[in-house]
Amino acid sequence: MYIIEMRNITKEFPGIIANDDITLQLKRNEIHALLGENGAGKSTLMSVLFGLYKPEKGRIFKNDEEVNITGPGDANLLGIGMVHQHFKLVHNFTVLENIVLGVETTKSGILQMKEAREKVLALSKRYGFDIDIDKEVRHISVGMQQRVEILKMLYRDNEILIFDEPTAVLTPQEIEALMKTMKNMAAEGKSILFITHKLDEIMQVADRCSVLRKGRMIGTVDVASTSKEELSEMMVGRKVALSLDKEEARVGETILKVRNLCQQGTKYGSGKNKLKDISFDVKAGEILCIAGIEGNGQTDLVYALTGLEGIDSGEIFMEGNSITKAKIRQRTESGIAHIPEDRHKHGLVLNYSLAYNTILQTYYTSAFQKNGFLRRPTIMEHAKNLINRFDIRSGQGEETITRSMSGGNQQKIILAREIDRDPKLLIAVQPTRGLDVGAIEYIHKQLLAQRDSGKAVLLISLELEEVMNVSDRILVMYEGEIVADVDPKQVTFQELGLYMSGAKRDEVVVV
Amino acid sequence: MNRDGIFNFLSSIIVIIAGLLIGFIILLISDAGQAIPAFMTILTFGATSMRNVGDVLLLATPIILTGLSVAFAFRTGLFNIGASGQFTFGAFVAIYISIEFTFLPPPVRILTSILAAAVVGALWGAIPGMLKAYRNVHEVISCIMTNYVAMFFVNFMIISFIFDQGRGTSQALPSDSNLPSAGLGYIFREPFGAAYRSSHVNIGIIIAILIAILVYIILEKTTFGYELKACGFNKSAAKYAGINENRNIITSMMFCGALAGIGGALNYMNGTGLSMSIIDSLATEGFTGISVAFLGLNHPIGIIFSGILVSYLYLGGARMQVFGFSIELVEIVISVIIYFCAFVFLVKSFLGKTLRGQGKKESSKEGGEA
Repeated sequence: MYIIEMRNITKEFPGIIANDDITLQLKRNEIHALLGENGAGKSTLMSVLFGLYKPEKGRIFKNDEEVNITGPGDANLLGIGMVHQHFKLVHNFTVLENIVLGVETTKSGILQMKEAREKVLALSKRYGFDIDIDKEVRHISVGMQQRVEILKMLYRDNEILIFDEPTAVLTPQEIEALMKTMKNMAAEGKSILFITHKLDEIMQVADRCSVLRKGRMIGTVDVASTSKEELSEMMVGRKVALSLDKEEARVGETILKVRNLCQQGTKYGSGKNKLKDISFDVKAGEILCIAGIEGNGQTDLVYALTGLEGIDSGEIFMEGNSITKAKIRQRTESGIAHIPEDRHKHGLVLNYSLAYNTILQTYYTSAFQKNGFLRRPTIMEHAKNLINRFDIRSGQGEETITRSMSGGNQQKIILAREIDRDPKLLIAVQPTRGLDVGAIEYIHKQLLAQRDSGKAVLLISLELEEVMNVSDRILVMYEGEIVADVDPKQVTFQELGLYMSGAKRDEVVVV
Repeated sequence: MNRDGIFNFLSSIIVIIAGLLIGFIILLISDAGQAIPAFMTILTFGATSMRNVGDVLLLATPIILTGLSVAFAFRTGLFNIGASGQFTFGAFVAIYISIEFTFLPPPVRILTSILAAAVVGALWGAIPGMLKAYRNVHEVISCIMTNYVAMFFVNFMIISFIFDQGRGTSQALPSDSNLPSAGLGYIFREPFGAAYRSSHVNIGIIIAILIAILVYIILEKTTFGYELKACGFNKSAAKYAGINENRNIITSMMFCGALAGIGGALNYMNGTGLSMSIIDSLATEGFTGISVAFLGLNHPIGIIFSGILVSYLYLGGARMQVFGFSIELVEIVISVIIYFCAFVFLVKSFLGKTLRGQGKKESSKEGGEA
């Protein structure tokens, strides 16, 4: 008997079959991982279970009884809870208020929080959540906010818990704590569905794993009797190199020199400095990686380097020339390429065609315009060339409206554009965010190729795996400061985690 | 036609029908007996003679230009609700030059009037542009205010310099200051009757169409258009690309102002003897321009047609007075129909959602998965 069984689920959207005859069986007390690339149909399947989508075909059973789930309310009544990837919390409510929201106990219209408080405290204690339930949610860390989401499910006595990519925003230490919590919950009788694409986590915590690929169920395996290699092959459909082969870096001249960069963070009232006295060099032929948990000043640093935001003090040099006061275009022309963190916000004009996006910083050069008129044939030719070189896939070639393309191919447009400009410094901010294993592999190879051709690469990444695999040198940022300068060959995941969470710091001196 | 094209066309048709339907209901309520013939007049009057067709084109001229003004702003990420003020200023300057600069030979004077109207409209448009660029004042707010400033200031200027005491309006233009008919009068006239009465349609409509084509070329073919549209679609990406967004905001607003200003000039130089009244209400052409722009889905060539369609409905609507409907009611009905056209994007997105929305939902869902 399965606590939840989804039989032969088919869900179609115009043009694609998101779920094609999928059967998923969840046992009581198990942690069941759901593995698949972007667009494999994991989220759709979970949305069907949570009542957000109505499938065309297929039935859902709970304890062998057929159930009809038409909305999240039904799911909740059946004891199904979900931690969404983007938390659904009210920021200026306290932890406790967030937990009871929607299921408040009232007496003649007046809130009765006493019982709720006791229940939440008991739950929090049972799972070892060290959480202050009277704090407002906006004042607690992301890891704590996730615990609030978990407490929400526990408070509602949900027995089937869905976690949608829960580790994406956590530090290694927080991830470890979450894994422990998940195991505890399973031991206490909960059944857990765990969406992820991180193989390590599956090996560590899951009992069984179901793999989806392009809307089809590839298979369900016992984690104890499988390997990471086998899982990744099931996921992608071919063998994937999990680690990169790379040669020693041949480090050359200093390309980017940053000295004593400071920026006050008063704009949004946090009062903290966003950037505190940052100094470092990036040399030709190396990949320097800036690691850190999201929101510790990496974005501000990139904005300062690329000119998207001003700085208060400090200096920036490209090949010895100060660009501290240079405008964005001048910096671009000085040889900085920038793969932005948010490709939809900064990287692309989504309503423009693929071709028009490839000339975003160069449309005004004589190559692409004459007397103020765009040289359309040349632009199209240029785009075709990039499409071939970088294997950019799209419906209508260079004329494709960028909005209609997949995330991986959109990222390839940016990558192609930035690399094609033949920059001296490539700043890549989370270049693999949201991409599938195949695309990640491709982008990592391109970054390495840039390094090997003598370019300086500054990589900003939140993914420890990426940090360790790709970089030649690692700087760790914590609360706007650089707290570590380490060699990836001589540092462990655990150590990096300590730096990232502020538990450990070195004096980093740059001459 | 591709699917998007069909959606565009359908949604334009739907809003017009919806507007007509509501207009018809208002007619029914006020006088059920005359409602049907009056309604038929709206639908057919503009096409009942060549002269009427000419009048449709005549009326379309200014609103095509204000429509282009609004649409150009929209394509570059701005909402130019100030077309009314720019129009008013352009009109005043054109009239002033037509009356006072009689020492210039007529063709030069006409050209000067139009160009001066463009310049003044551009300068007036620059004000909300600069406020937005340097002080982050939303252009809708500053446009609304500059509309009123323009109206009162122009009233003052008319009274001070070119007032006709007898009519209480600006003075009439000398007849050689009107736009030449360019032979259109021979085409668009009554076929019968003693006078062979011609429409006043003139070279203005040709200028309007040429300007629409020019706007199309600027938006689609030039680096200037590339920059402006990049700003309009995605300001952050434009900034990332090193495009000077502040300068673009100002140049875009100036261009819009010039278009509306030319609209003002062509409107009052059309040979019908139209003169500017001293009234405390904003020029409606600026707001009709919003409907024209939306109905044409902000495409310059679409706007030529939507402008003609809107003026067609205006002409037929005004004719309803012969069925005993008061002018106020006529205005209400026309306004309902015209302003309904502004809902075209609502209908378009509704069509999009119901017919293909689920696919979109899915892609955003998957996009969020990291």
